[in-house]
Parts: sequence; structure tokens; C-alpha cells
Amino acid sequence: MTVHRLLPAGLLAVVVAVSAGACGAQPSESGGAGAKATAPGAASAPASPSAPADAPPLTITDPWVKTTRKGMTAAFGTLVNNTDVAMTVVSGSTPLSPKVELHEVVDSGGKMIMRPKEGGFVVPARGTHPLQPGGDHIMLMGVTKEVKPGAQVAFTLTLQGGESLEFTAVGKDFAGGREDYRPGTDGHTGAGHG
Amino acid sequence: MPDPRFTRRGLLAGGAATVAGALSARISERSPSTGGTALAATPPDTTPQTPAGSATEPFHGVRQAGVATLPQAHAVFVGLDLLPGTGREAIGRMMRLLTDDARRLTQGRPALADTEPELAVLPARLTVTFGFGPGLFAAAGLGERRPASVAPLPRFTIDRLEERWTGADLLLQICADDGVTLAHALRMTVKDARAFARVRWTQRGFRRSPVTQAPGLTQHNLLGQLDGTVNPRPGTPDFDRAVWVNDGPEWLRGGTTLVLRRIRAELETWDAADRTAKEFTVGRRLDTGAPLTGRFEHDEPDFDRLTPAGLPVISEYAHIRRAHVKDPGMRIFRRVYNYDEGLTARGHSDCGLLFASYQADVTRQFVPIQRRLAEADLLNEWTTPIGSAVFAVPPGCAEGGWIGETLLS
Repeated sequence: MTVHRLLPAGLLAVVVAVSAGACGAQPSESGGAGAKATAPGAASAPASPSAPADAPPLTITDPWVKTTRKGMTAAFGTLVNNTDVAMTVVSGSTPLSPKVELHEVVDSGGKMIMRPKEGGFVVPARGTHPLQPGGDHIMLMGVTKEVKPGAQVAFTLTLQGGESLEFTAVGKDFAGGREDYRPGTDGHTGAGHG
Repeated sequence: MPDPRFTRRGLLAGGAATVAGALSARISERSPSTGGTALAATPPDTTPQTPAGSATEPFHGVRQAGVATLPQAHAVFVGLDLLPGTGREAIGRMMRLLTDDARRLTQGRPALADTEPELAVLPARLTVTFGFGPGLFAAAGLGERRPASVAPLPRFTIDRLEERWTGADLLLQICADDGVTLAHALRMTVKDARAFARVRWTQRGFRRSPVTQAPGLTQHNLLGQLDGTVNPRPGTPDFDRAVWVNDGPEWLRGGTTLVLRRIRAELETWDAADRTAKEFTVGRRLDTGAPLTGRFEHDEPDFDRLTPAGLPVISEYAHIRRAHVKDPGMRIFRRVYNYDEGLTARGHSDCGLLFASYQADVTRQFVPIQRRLAEADLLNEWTTPIGSAVFAVPPGCAEGGWIGETLLS
């Protein structure tokens, strides 16, 4: 498993380091399988018992994905829980990348590092969970096709219970959230840029 | 907190109004977006009090905002040229992105992935208006849908056009009553455009703000003339006939066309003319704007009246005679901004007008007027067109739609 280290002090240089025990995220392959098991076209996860009949239990507002030619990028938005119980996103998938991880950015000994988020994204009951540059985000590890500005990119997030949330994110040029690592750096050798 | 002293009603009534303290609490409870949306659709005398910074202009609708909209204090016109290889599909992606930016920012909400979301909360009547130049139709492979008059204007003898102010494939027209709001909207939209296009020119302009001078009054330009007296009034049948496209290509119905001329004012030589000469040149008084044959600004000029010596009171070559159009539905709608780009080392100013003229048909309405003025207009001595660009301004869009969809989708 991989840990991406973001150097502090405003520098955007990134060091990717090997850290075998650091990740507890689900393998992306299982996320993809989970999403396929759900009826396509659903805008949200199936209704849970506590959800009002008309409000989808989990939604995402303003989803967008940072443009990239290839390699790595990330998707963002705000997860909205319309139910009275916390919901947990455990994996994600997109046709754009065979490998998708749920990441967090944390301070580790004075360095901001990016790593798979153990336990996934927990969206509190009747609450929201932001996915944003510098914070939690959906990481695309190996984008196979250029994400152009304005592109419509399909995503599926899988919840703990196996339900899924499908949405379309728009490609957007963005200078920050430097997840645009060069291909090859998503492996297990350190590589920086800045 | 927005300043509650400036209100929408105050703006419309003519200047800054002081709001009773009791109202402030109610104002602060209103979110900018809901408050703005509600007031935009409501007649002025029933609108809730809203701080000027929170005032919004509606984005969605049959027509784009920024044409019939009461002119804001600040404007920037950006001419963009599409990058090679940017075709119909890419232009569509760009217009969806730009529409999304505009619909959010004009309503006081940050753009998607806004890097400075705090700058978006005071929309100050922000409008973002899009125009398509001739090159966009060619790039999209839609040349046959370009209205014939959306093309470079015929050459006029008075023109001294400079390449750096002339032509463009795409126009962004951004207007707001606040300069910071304007700068942020410009930044956020251009960031989304630059994957598709490069900037050809940027033209910034200003007018007196509606909190400085009552809106609806004709303003003086930097030559000191009341400019815009004979202008169709938005909301009237004459305006609708003169400005909005009601026939011709289906995709442009509800839209209009824009001719943007950059007209340099020769202030140094204008200074040398005395007041009588200046008024004779235009045919109006400098102070009241009244025609030389009348007492008030909106008096009809009497073009037939003669002096005791038997000469026309309003000269054969006076600006208002040369520019006069009898049929109100054939007039042009001017929404002009001053520009002032600073001083030379000798203290001479580089200033003039961003002459933004909207009309249903450029060839039928704008060109004949410009031709008469180019042939003979005393004012030509002190004004020089140095830039010129023509755009089709597509109709507006509904929620979920995008500007340009009628042409590009």
C-alpha cells in the first residue's frame, strides 16, 4: 500500500513513500464489483428505513474531478446524509481508472501526508462530509483516459451495507490539490514534483 | 456583514437610502441568494430591503442578463480566440463550464472549486453575458448558422482600428456594481476558458454607480456630453423590437447582437474647443443635454428650425442630426462605459468610450447610422474608433441549461 507525503511549508512537492501497514482502505476492485451489483442509473443509495420517502438517503453536491492527461487525479464534492443514521462510504469506482482509493490528508510529525482513509468516509446523520483539495478526496490512481475540462465523468461510491451512490462529476482545471502525479509514481517508489 | 445602508429600493429610487435600524435585523436574516432571487423578479416598490452588495440580477431566463439590465458601475469585456483544434464538442464543454460559473457567481454563490469563495458572497448585481464572434461559428463547423451581419463591420473612413482591440471568437461581458466582485468573476470564468481559448483583448470600463447617481438618468461621458438620451428604454415595445432577435435563425431568437467599438476621445484638442463649439458639434447643451432647439433633455430636436441668419440651429453635420433614426424600433441600444487607461509621461490621457451597441440586426440598424456618422459628423474631429468587434449574443437558458445550447448542442 502507498502513502503519499505532501511536504509542508506551502510547497506542493510530493513524496510518495512506501508504507506497508498504513492503509486500511478497501481494495478498489471490491468497490467496483459492489457498484455493478446495484441497479444502474440510481442517483443515490437505496432508501434506508430512516430516510424520508422523497429524499435520497445519500447524495453528493457539486461533484467535480480535477482534469489530467493521465496518471493520478482526484474527485471532490460534498456528501450529504439525509437520514438519521451515519453512513459510511467504503470504496469508489469510475470507468476512468482501474484503481480508486478513498484518501485523507493528515498531519504526521509536521508533514501533511495523504493516505487511504481507514474505515472510509463517515457521513454523520443529517450531516455533510466535504471532499476537497487538502482534505478527504476520491483518489484516481491510474487514469487511463484524459479528463478534459467540462468532461462528464461517472462515479460510483459503495456504502458499508453494499448500497451505492452513482453520480457524474465534471472535469475542472484546478491548480491546487496536486494529485496529478506522473504515471509511475503511483507505484512503490518515491518520486516528487514541485 | 453586508452594509445594510444601501438598499435595492434605495438604488431604484435614486441614490443611497438610509434604512431604519429596525429593518437591519430582518435584512441580516436573509440569505443573499434567496433574498436576491426573490427581489429580482419583483417590482421595486414591493421588494424587501436588501443591501446593495447582496443585490442580484436573475441569471436564468429567455434572455441573457447584461443587456436590458440597468448598467452596473463596472464592466470588463474580454475577447477570446479559440485555440486551434477547438471544435463544436469542446466549445460546448467550455460553455457548460462558463454557464455554471455565471449561474453561481451572479447569485452570490462561489463557483465550483472556487479558490476564493469569500469573494463571491457579494454579487453586487453581477451579470455575465456571452457573445459568439464569427470565428466561433467557423470553428464549430456551423458557418451556415451564422447570421450574415455577425461579421467584421464594413470599413469606415474614420476608423483607425488596431489589431489589439479588434475581432474575437468569444466575448465575456462581465458587469457589477463592485470592482472586487468583478475581478473575482473575471478570474473564475477566464480560468475555465483558457483550456479552450486565449485572450485577445481585455477592455475595462466604468460608469457612475447607481448609488452615486440615480439610475435611469443619462450620464455624462468623459467628453462632458450627456450620452444616451435617445436610447430605447428596456421593457418597452420599442426596445423589444430594436434589440431582441424575433426572426432569422431559430437558435438566436430571444438573443441579440453586440457591436463593441473602442472609441478614443481626443481630449487634448477637445479642450481647445470652447463650449459653444462643443455644443454646436453635438447639437445639444452640455449641461442639460437639451437639444439646441429645446429646453429639456428629452425635448424632440427641431431639425428644421433656422437661425435669424437662415442657417439650421442644429447643424447639418451635428452629431445628433447625423445619428438620428426616426423609427424607434430601428434604433440601436447603447450601453456604454467609459475607459481611462492612464496617462502618458506628458500627462495626456488615454480615454474614451467602450461603445457597446445592441441591436436585433447589425446591418439593418447599426451600419446605416455608422455610415452617416463616418460621412460627416463634426464630432469625428475628436473621436476615433480604434477597436471593433461583432458578436451574436445567444438567448438565455433555463436552470440546467447552458448558454449556447441552441446553437451548439
